[in-house]
Amino acid sequence: MPDLISSIVDYYNYLIYITLMMIGLYAMIAKKNLVKKIVGMNIFQTAIILFYVSIGAKKGATIPIIQHGHGEGADEITSSVIKAAEYINPLPHVLMLTAIVVAVATLGVALALAIKVYNRYETLEEDEILAQIREK
Amino acid sequence: MSQHYPVLLVTVPLLSALLISIVGWLNKRFCFPIAVAALSVAAYSSVGLLFRVLDEKVILYHLGGWAPPWGIAYSVDHLSALVLVVVSVVALLNLIATQKSIEQEFSEKIGAFYTLYVLLVTGLLGIVVTGDVFNLYVLLEITALTSYGLIAMGEDRAPLASLNYVYMGTIGACLYLLGIGYLYISTGSLNMANISSILPGLYDSKVVLAAFIICMVGVCLKMAFFPLHAWLPNAYTYAPSAVSSLVAPLMTKVMIYVMIRLMLTVFTPEFIFSKLALSNTVVWLAVIAIFMGAVLALGARDMKKMLCYVIIAEVGYMVGGAWLGNRAGMTGAILHIANDALMTLCVFLAVGNIVYKVRGYAFEDLKGMFRKMPYTMTGLVAGALSMIGVPPTCGFFSKWYLISGGIQAGQYGFVAALVFSSLINAVLFFRIIEIGYYEPFRADHGHESSPVRMAEAPLTMVVPLLIVAGGLVVMGVYTGDIVTHIIEPIIPPAMGN
Repeated sequence: MPDLISSIVDYYNYLIYITLMMIGLYAMIAKKNLVKKIVGMNIFQTAIILFYVSIGAKKGATIPIIQHGHGEGADEITSSVIKAAEYINPLPHVLMLTAIVVAVATLGVALALAIKVYNRYETLEEDEILAQIREK
Repeated sequence: MSQHYPVLLVTVPLLSALLISIVGWLNKRFCFPIAVAALSVAAYSSVGLLFRVLDEKVILYHLGGWAPPWGIAYSVDHLSALVLVVVSVVALLNLIATQKSIEQEFSEKIGAFYTLYVLLVTGLLGIVVTGDVFNLYVLLEITALTSYGLIAMGEDRAPLASLNYVYMGTIGACLYLLGIGYLYISTGSLNMANISSILPGLYDSKVVLAAFIICMVGVCLKMAFFPLHAWLPNAYTYAPSAVSSLVAPLMTKVMIYVMIRLMLTVFTPEFIFSKLALSNTVVWLAVIAIFMGAVLALGARDMKKMLCYVIIAEVGYMVGGAWLGNRAGMTGAILHIANDALMTLCVFLAVGNIVYKVRGYAFEDLKGMFRKMPYTMTGLVAGALSMIGVPPTCGFFSKWYLISGGIQAGQYGFVAALVFSSLINAVLFFRIIEIGYYEPFRADHGHESSPVRMAEAPLTMVVPLLIVAGGLVVMGVYTGDIVTHIIEPIIPPAMGN
């Protein structure tokens, strides 16, 4: 039992990201409303952003900028020992900037398509749309 | 100049897309020439790259001069050069062939259409040329977003089909992103070559295993590998014909390229075929995909949907061939990427010509078509023969490699599926030929048929179609050279003979 608790405490960020992802997936599968599906899709993407951001985080570390590392006297500081453990890894965060842009663009395209679907069928409920298609 | 080919391939179409969208506001007539110019530069660069690769083996291009693994590197080897040539040539031919049908279908939105078209090709070329797994994700999304837009430009049900594609495509891309996140945790790198040099020490790690499986599921979703194919038939059927004949040959094939790239370069064949005992399972899934694709194609009620199910069966061919785990299977899969792109383009262009003339693609619309549009139907027959696998068309040779790979690996289920699917393809296409040849065309419904006059599609549509149809035979005749000079060097010696 203590093992279980400690593993939950140690890995809570992963547990949260998986939970979020499953919520998003559930919404995409089970919800009938097209906009709710789109929101589910967005939650799914956000879960992955959380995953990446959490792997870049580190306790007791600081942003990866070497103070006074430029201009006069820069050589002294940069030539002294720099401990990588004191800095967080910026790369996952930078990657996620791109992924956020992608997520926003996808959301925009999906909502625009939802508007086109609404104009055509006068509804956003999937079962009603399918019923209309079947009637023809 | 020639050392910049890898980057020109991507930047020229990218900047032209921007230019087209600006010019589209001022004068729509200039959009088409700019698109042709951009894609010609891309095609020229990729052919140039192919010739350079034959001498130099691997070409590395460091963007901004930053050396990998810190910077993003573009790397071109035989495999990517082959796929680059296929993508750029198919895109260029299709662009020229469909100019008239675009003017007919949506003259209002020409600027937007060409912008998206060129951006889509940018994304596809970028996916093939990049040597960085995260860069690949970004380009994957560029491709996906533009194809959502292009497909939604189609008729009636297109926006709904496109929205379903958005859901599935996004899950696929997200899973791929998650997979490379796992890879990044375990290796600390995003460069393909660097990852594969770090991985051998980590082959037993569960994280690497999870990364591989998650990536593969994502890629399989994107390539419409049965049972993850549900989005494809509707999306490709309701798309405008100019878009169908672009995305149908290229999207699934480029995703198969990504799968083979991940298998050969990132996770080496050693890991996949020796450490994982998955290849049997995947080949059986491919067998099911081929069977289901063939059966569903039989049940389709119009030509475009039938061809979409044929594509799903073809995806099964390539996935199965790549996972057989021997040289012949991998050769067949890679050869089939090129061949299948060409023959899918051929049949979809023919369907596009028919849609241009009769505004429909149901089987009834084909009546008397051989009299009415003889050249278009010639192209269709050439594509059909290649899909069935009749020599000397190229479809025969890739199928030959796949079948001999299947026999070598002892996967007789896969061999049976290939033969079964070829027979079904014969049934499918001869049904079309029969309707087109023997059933008379009736201009006025109900009245006695008058002699049909020839009403062929415009020359700009017919000539590219016939070039592609001729290309099928040329590819078939030169298969031996393609295999020895381009495909043989890619496959690592670890994969046996």
